[in-house]
Amino acid sequence: MSMRTKIYLILPVLVFALLAVFFYKGLSLNPEELPSPLIGQQAPQFDLVPPKGADAGFKTADLHKGKVSLVNAFASWCVPCHAEHPLLMELQRETDIPIYGINVKDKPEDAERFLTQNGNPYNGVGADLDGRVSIDWGVYKYPETYIVDGNGKVLYRIIGQITRKTIEDIILPMAEKYNGQAAQS
Amino acid sequence: MTVFRILAILLAACCLMGITTRSEEFLPDPQQEAKARSIMEDLRCLVCQGQSIANSDADLAHDLRIIVREQVAAGKSPDEVKHYMQARYGDWVLLKPPVKTSTVLLWLGPLAIFIAGGAVLFLSARRLRREGGESLNAPEAGSGDDIL
Repeated sequence: MSMRTKIYLILPVLVFALLAVFFYKGLSLNPEELPSPLIGQQAPQFDLVPPKGADAGFKTADLHKGKVSLVNAFASWCVPCHAEHPLLMELQRETDIPIYGINVKDKPEDAERFLTQNGNPYNGVGADLDGRVSIDWGVYKYPETYIVDGNGKVLYRIIGQITRKTIEDIILPMAEKYNGQAAQS
Repeated sequence: MTVFRILAILLAACCLMGITTRSEEFLPDPQQEAKARSIMEDLRCLVCQGQSIANSDADLAHDLRIIVREQVAAGKSPDEVKHYMQARYGDWVLLKPPVKTSTVLLWLGPLAIFIAGGAVLFLSARRLRREGGESLNAPEAGSGDDIL
């Protein structure tokens, strides 16, 4: 067999291998999890009053207090938000990570019922009545949770409900890492 | 017969209800409305991922349509409106992805494959004609390697 025939024989295998790599990478992405252009950027500017049933509102300045915090977009009409809520309560109880809420397009009485029945884990929660603030954050699927560093820079986005696994694998290590960096500088 | 007539009217009414999606205020100026519509056609709905926001019934698409109309009414250009969406939802929100380093392969890949395939086809056809259909052999190896 000449050198040349050998190349022709190997070529399809190489092409296949290349395609396999592309498909392996492409098909293992979750098409429902879109990258957020906000990562590495400053959080959007807003100032929201609290919904009925909460005392403290939520504004951009809350994210500049020097500690890693969570921003959770939720609503009473969002079923997974109900499922996720006990974990937020637990985080509030057992860690010192501040949690802020954006209550999206809820009727005041629905927001109130949600917070009184499920508890209020939020250090501050804003009523985003027309949904504009959540659009500024680029929220498209509820719930969504953002991890923000102590200077208002967005670090990470969790799409859909947080789980024990995301808390242990992502939230806690990130809080530790970025709070530690802030302490050093 | 009247029963059938009533049923037919009900059926027609149901069909019409399907067509009109949600009550939405169109822009009073038909030219601006047309401009807003064409922008909506280019924006991808994030909830129902295969659709543009122009023909999606999702709540978010509805809100984004309102924003598009607002901005068009405020005199923003299509690029400015798209930029607003892109800043929030990323390149993904554009149904036509922009040409940049991370998407060069996407845009030029098919063309490159087409040209490469055409070149291989053309060269091998020419060789076959020259050799009278005989099998490939050693003297030709040089030119073949260049192509590969």
